Order: sequence, then C-alpha cells, then structure tokens
Amino acid sequence: MSSTFETVANIIAETCDIPRDTITPESHAIDDLGIDSLDFLDIAFAIDKAFGIKLPLEQWTQEVNEGKATTEQYFVLENLCARIDELVAAKSA
Amino acid sequence: MRPEVFRMIDRVVSIDPSLSKIHCQGLVPEESSIFEGHFPGHPIMPGVLLIEAMAQSTGWLILARNRFDRMPFLATVKEAKLRTFVVPGQNLDLHSEILHEGSGFVVAKTHATIEGRPICAAELTFRVLPWPEGRMKTVVMKVAELVSFPLKDFVDA
Repeated sequence: MSSTFETVANIIAETCDIPRDTITPESHAIDDLGIDSLDFLDIAFAIDKAFGIKLPLEQWTQEVNEGKATTEQYFVLENLCARIDELVAAKSA
Repeated sequence: MRPEVFRMIDRVVSIDPSLSKIHCQGLVPEESSIFEGHFPGHPIMPGVLLIEAMAQSTGWLILARNRFDRMPFLATVKEAKLRTFVVPGQNLDLHSEILHEGSGFVVAKTHATIEGRPICAAELTFRVLPWPEGRMKTVVMKVAELVSFPLKDFVDA
C-alpha cells in the first residue's frame, strides 16, 4: 500500500504540478486536490503505465452517477491505491 | 482536403493489422477560403489545422479499433511541434500510433511528413464516448466512405 501510494502521489504531483507534501492518503483527488476529469486522464494514463493495469474509470463513473458508489470510494487516494492493488493482484492471479 | 469544412483527410492509405498504426493522406488545396485570412497573398496552412489533420488521422484509427462503437473527441494536445510552413499543393502524409488505450480514453502520438520531411508532430489524448444523439454517426460513416476507410473490415454488416 505504501509503495503504491508513493507512486500515485508522485504521479499526481508531477502531472498536476501539486506540491508533493500536500498529497496525503486521505486526500480526495477532486475535492481536496482540485483535479478535474481531464487532468485525471493524464493521471490514469500514468497509473495504467506504472502498474500495467487499466483503471476502470468508465465503470467507476457509472457507479457514482447511478448512486451505487461514492466518489470517496474511488478518489480518496488510500481507496484509489487499494483499488490499484486489487487490479494488480487480479492481473497476476 | 477541404479545410474550410474541416475535412482534413483525403484518403486512409493503410491501417496496421495490429490496429496500432494508421497512415492517411491529405492534399492541401490550391484554393480555400481559409487562405483569404491566413494570410492574404501568402497562403499558409494554419498550424491548428495541421493539428486537426493529425487528430482526424488518429480518430480514424480509434474508430477502427472500436469498430465505430464510440466516437473519439480530442481532449489534450501535448508536445505539438510545427516545424515548417505548409502551403497549397503539398501532400501531407499523416501517421498515428496508439500509445495507450485506457478506460474511455486513448493516447496516441502522431506526426506528418511531406515527401519524407518531418512537418509536425504531437501527442494527443481523446475521450472516447458513446455517440451523441442525432446524426453524427451517420455523417461520420459517410465521410468514412469518402476517405476510403475500409468500412467492410471494421463495421458489422
């Protein structure tokens, strides 16, 4: 988890020009860090490449829009990192 | 090419069997209303339209990959380089290559040449979305025929 978070935080800092020390596991990418959907495409591209996965952004967006999930489940960074770890584990299973 | 109506591609020359690369061509016309302003007496292809041409080339590749299931919309232009002037009568060779296909987006690198000389290049990101309501898909399919896109290979009968 910690290494996943470090990687993701560094990607966000570099991609969105956000000071690294302001990014914490509790940060909400949208509400706290102000990342918009276009910037998040860049982040998703970098995360996909770094971890060899494909973040299911469309599925997440649909779940949020339909009220089946909250943005916190996917966009609070510790939760995002947990999803990434799950995807990495599923890939190597 | 009819830049005044944003028809930047004349012909899809080839699509790689891996669906990761495409080659298109567009001949810059001798006459176009865009040259009335860009520039009077010195017609030069606008750089933004060179980027549009590279985006359309990439767009045909994305449509081939998803078999016209969804429409790519240009979202980000990065590292755009416009190396030299392009004038009426020159034939652009447009090449695009997929770098990554994510969930609902595609990243590609693209460049254009004229007689082998590098003209322009960029990295482009597209959102790939369901077709909007209305005529857009029908219009795009008609343009596909005009540009010799191999529809029979990529659209179910």
